[in-house]
Amino acid sequence: MTAVHLLASASHTSTHEAVVFWILGPLSVIGALGLVLARSAVHAAVLLAVVMLSLAAFYTAEQAPFLAVVQVVVYTGAVLMLFLFVLMLVGVDSADSLVETLRGQRIAASVVGLGFAILLIAALANGLHGFHAQGLAKAQADKGNVVAIAEKLFSTYVFAFEATSALLITAGLGAMVLAHRERLTPRLTQRELMQERFARGGAAVAPLPGPGVYADHDAVDTPALLPDGSIAAGSVPDYLQVSAARPTVDVTERELDQ
Amino acid sequence: MSPDNYLYLSAILFTIGAVGVLVRRNAIVVFMCIELMLNAANLSLVTFSRINGNLDGQIIAFFVMVVAAAEVVIGLAIIMTIFRARRSASVDDANLLKY
Repeated sequence: MTAVHLLASASHTSTHEAVVFWILGPLSVIGALGLVLARSAVHAAVLLAVVMLSLAAFYTAEQAPFLAVVQVVVYTGAVLMLFLFVLMLVGVDSADSLVETLRGQRIAASVVGLGFAILLIAALANGLHGFHAQGLAKAQADKGNVVAIAEKLFSTYVFAFEATSALLITAGLGAMVLAHRERLTPRLTQRELMQERFARGGAAVAPLPGPGVYADHDAVDTPALLPDGSIAAGSVPDYLQVSAARPTVDVTERELDQ
Repeated sequence: MSPDNYLYLSAILFTIGAVGVLVRRNAIVVFMCIELMLNAANLSLVTFSRINGNLDGQIIAFFVMVVAAAEVVIGLAIIMTIFRARRSASVDDANLLKY
């Protein structure tokens, strides 16, 4: 393979890669737009996952399999799960309000964004004009991507690599300090909890009757009956609709008559 | 197709993320938009690595991922702390330093 041939093959991608790009590229742009436009934060997180996974596919196509795996494991696996956990803690239903605090902020931001995009793309087109891509064939010739990255990471970049370990430890400590909450009141013992419960009065000493006790059904929405045939309060949880067809009282009366 | 298209895609994704940071009010969604911008920058780094024919771009993208992971941990812890104090994750409600 001559050098000219090599250059030509590196500066133009294969048809497979073009297909991947033209399918996943628009998909990732749609996902990113959805992330900005979605009202629910959970929808935004799912659309961000779409963008991140398409980027992982791009990394594979760009001869960076190591980064593709790291992208899936670190970003979609760890970072996005962390986002979803915090969403659960903060409250999933915290949708954005549509009221603008600054008037015209959305339109102004969109115009600025459009101008910025045009600026970036024009600068890229200007800078890349007449520039030929070289491809990674020579850099990771017979070693493969992972070994080539490891050699650079543990020689040229070894100090930066060590610094990231300090950074990660600091981040872990910082998260512990920020998430820590001091206990302001002493923890109540079991004895104190019980004393408080009976001091208020009205607490049942024995457990409440289960649903369906003395009734002719034992379904969870059938209230228990007291010996006089009346319904025992508290035998059915409040959030259950008590079923309308409840023949229990009549049955009990019939049995009492016999 | 030329590999330059990845750079244009990266520019578009970065811009969308920046607009999201400007427009959205929910702090967690703002944070997701920042992650989108970091991802777009990573895509351009990987593409630069390919265009230039050496692996330094991929290694810098790897470091960006490490730093982003640490940043997410701290950022979300700060959002949680603010939420605990103010019962809101909206960036408009945290205005104690304003006046």
